[in-house]
Amino acid sequence: MQKYSIFNLVKNAFSNHQNWDLAWKDPTPKKEYDVVIIGGGGHGLATAYYLAKEHNITNVAIIEKGWIGGGNVGRNTTIIRSNYMHDDNALFSEFGMDLWRKMSQDLNYNVMFSPRGIINLAHSDAQMNVYARRGNSMRLNGIDAVLLNREQVREIIPMADFSENVRFPIFGGLMQPSAGTARHDAVAWGYARQADSMGVDIIQNCEVIGFDVSSGKINGVRTSRGDIKAKKIGLCVAGSTNILAEKLNMTLPIETHLLQACVSEPVKPVLDGVVTFGAGHFYISQSDKGEMVMGGDLDGYNSYAQRGNLPTLQHVLTEGIAMMPFLSKLKMLRTWGGIMDMSMDGSPIIDKTHIKGLYLNCGWCYGGFKATPASGWTFAHTIAQDRVHELNSGYSLNRFNTGHLLDEKGLGTKTWIS
Amino acid sequence: MCPHCGMRSQNEFSYGGDASVKRPELNKEISNQDWDNFVYNRKSLRGKHWELWQHISGCRQWIKVERDTATHEIFNTLKAYEEIL
Repeated sequence: MQKYSIFNLVKNAFSNHQNWDLAWKDPTPKKEYDVVIIGGGGHGLATAYYLAKEHNITNVAIIEKGWIGGGNVGRNTTIIRSNYMHDDNALFSEFGMDLWRKMSQDLNYNVMFSPRGIINLAHSDAQMNVYARRGNSMRLNGIDAVLLNREQVREIIPMADFSENVRFPIFGGLMQPSAGTARHDAVAWGYARQADSMGVDIIQNCEVIGFDVSSGKINGVRTSRGDIKAKKIGLCVAGSTNILAEKLNMTLPIETHLLQACVSEPVKPVLDGVVTFGAGHFYISQSDKGEMVMGGDLDGYNSYAQRGNLPTLQHVLTEGIAMMPFLSKLKMLRTWGGIMDMSMDGSPIIDKTHIKGLYLNCGWCYGGFKATPASGWTFAHTIAQDRVHELNSGYSLNRFNTGHLLDEKGLGTKTWIS
Repeated sequence: MCPHCGMRSQNEFSYGGDASVKRPELNKEISNQDWDNFVYNRKSLRGKHWELWQHISGCRQWIKVERDTATHEIFNTLKAYEEIL
């Protein structure tokens, strides 16, 4: 694999950049692999990369129905953070933050990780108390957190609505300065390129039709490009989890829902970090191109359509305008939707299953993108060692049975609870 | 289409989940698995799906709706007490 460097950039300039290696190959599937990862999104690609890098397992295939990076890793709002209160979430996410900081060097691919901070706005005294508690919990877990008062928030985001007599006045906010954003496509491509160079087969346009399971053990997978044998199979398919679970006769604590996001026309730099509205569900940041990147609630009903309806978008943007009135003057450039694997407690699942050799990675709800490296790292560990790592021990599948729910915000499938 | 009020805007309706889920019967020994299936586990398939909706900004009645989760097309609506055929 050619290293991406200033030296190689100059060298290739002499041949008009016509002689760069392909970033990854387009192999025909082999009959058998040690591990097959289903789903060529961020989490699947990261899993394959860490299987090869950390566990020396390189006889791996990623099979993807469409093209890599065409699902949620290319549809999110690129926010990266670890501002969680519960230990299981905080330690997992902060482990991920470390991987994010090293990612561009590690992958030899500029993922444009930009730690510009996130502010969760508070709109009442009670909410300030809740944020103080969450901030203290974060700090006990070694995560940076700063509680801001109204004036400190005003210094950072003067364009928010600080006028008198508003319905949701800004009392302050909780900031995680080390949070930020990254270029989502580059994350998928960076992982794909490195995984490929270590021997992983990335097989696109290959749909899973069924599984070969006998006496409680997985033997392989049937695909649109032929049968593939594997003793270990990892499911990393986000919004398609329920469809594959049905083929395995499993019902999961997961519903598939629709989440929309949108960007405005590009404007000059106005917003440095990420800001979330505390009296509803709305988050905003500004991309390097100048677009305001915005998102909020689910549409609220089960859906596999990768497009949303306007009433939800209107609801979300109403919250945005309540928070930052200048948004009402912007034109909308693009809106899109993705399908989310919403778990019932709002937290993910990375675990073994009752079928030997079948591993499950799903339930990412609103927060899949930021979890990409930590999810891949822990899922690779779970598959390679056939046991759950301490970091993902809280993300077990049977927690719904035993009552150990991880209800960080209670943001599961029911939007009306939040 | 509300079976009580006729055609109404989508804005007036609020989603209530899978209509095929049945609460375990009272006064019977229920296994943990049955409770799990009632409280948490969902099929959530692509295609036709019977759902509960509430006409929250209208007659406020709960209704059953058969809807396609891939296209959002609505095929059928029933009053809450009517059994799914």
